[in-house]
Amino acid sequence: MAENKTPLVKELTKGILKENPTLVMLLGMCPTLAVTTQAMNGIGMGLVTTFVLLGSNIVISALRKVIPDKVRIPAFIVIIASFVTLIGFLLEGFVPSLYDSLGIYLTLITVNCIIFGRAEMFASKNGIVASACDAIGMGLGFTMALFLMGSIREIIGSGKWMGLEIPVLSNNPMLLFIMPAGGFFTLGMIIAAVNKLTNKKPPQELGCSGCPHAESCGKAGDCQ
Amino acid sequence: MKTMLVILLSAMLTDNFVLSKFMGICPFLGVSKKLDSASGMGIAVTFVMICATLVTYPIHHGILVPNHLEYFDTVVFILVIALFVQLVENFLKKCVPSLYKSLGVYLPLITTNCAVLGVTVLNIDNNYTFVQSIVNSLGAGLGFMLALVIFSGVRKKLEYADIPETFKGVPATLIAASIVSVSFMGFSGLFS
Repeated sequence: MAENKTPLVKELTKGILKENPTLVMLLGMCPTLAVTTQAMNGIGMGLVTTFVLLGSNIVISALRKVIPDKVRIPAFIVIIASFVTLIGFLLEGFVPSLYDSLGIYLTLITVNCIIFGRAEMFASKNGIVASACDAIGMGLGFTMALFLMGSIREIIGSGKWMGLEIPVLSNNPMLLFIMPAGGFFTLGMIIAAVNKLTNKKPPQELGCSGCPHAESCGKAGDCQ
Repeated sequence: MKTMLVILLSAMLTDNFVLSKFMGICPFLGVSKKLDSASGMGIAVTFVMICATLVTYPIHHGILVPNHLEYFDTVVFILVIALFVQLVENFLKKCVPSLYKSLGVYLPLITTNCAVLGVTVLNIDNNYTFVQSIVNSLGAGLGFMLALVIFSGVRKKLEYADIPETFKGVPATLIAASIVSVSFMGFSGLFS
């Protein structure tokens, strides 16, 4: 367990830029595309996911020696689903507007690859403190990516930003950007921009590192 | 009959799961390189969606609602789906080896596909009857397959295209998906 200070800071910061779950590792595409019609929704979804990730990472890391390897996938799923149910209650009670705008995608956090991927790759192998740092870093990276997506789509698509009207743009919003097609387009552009800025070769495939079935997937031939 | 048709077609076209609800993006982008794997994945997803609905609907209305435990939906559904996929896989392996050969490799990938959990939860949220739920699942599955098959054709063309270095790979795929999604927008307003 990494108890000295430097590695913990590294766990915390790696998720924000170097291993950003959405823009670099390409995980959790569904919520990234679905809820980012507004910047505020992006932040909400990001923070909710961070909460679930933090909770599940801590519990899974605490139970990592108790859960038998063979049933780890169902065990992880139950832990994650419990936290999703919990945050669902909290949101419904305290922030009903966010609860309504996230809708079914709140339930679908359960099957978000990022959470499962961190459980499988990090929390099941590391101590509680390191796992918590990892969860916060990854969650913030996800939140920032969603906020960026949401801002671009909201500014271009509806001429507003966080509810504030932007002159000129609000008279000629490009509706396409808040439609599903605009989501795919914006994400493609952002990933291309990240590649350009970091001078990296763009990824050829989606990140499957978070996929619980990455091993059996090899058999399918196409998904790497 | 007419409502059934509307549910089927709107789940397939206007509210296409992949292109307008963004569910099942991972297999959509991951398994759409070749036509045969795209159709195999599509059939497997349709099959699991219908089976999952057959199981989760009675559980919700028969066990959870009478006991006021609706809030357990997420936990129960995901577990049931995971168990059920495993069961189907074993059953096919033993009893219908030919079907297992063509679908088997895709089955384990589906457990955590958000489209499957999504359709079972949507069926409950929309207050569909049992038959309507099954029709909705069928439509969702067929829509998923349609999107995958169409997109596999688009990607084949994309392979020979001269794309700028920065856009090669995932960015180009996403932008192509955006164009396919625009074409599906043509269906909107079909049933209003």
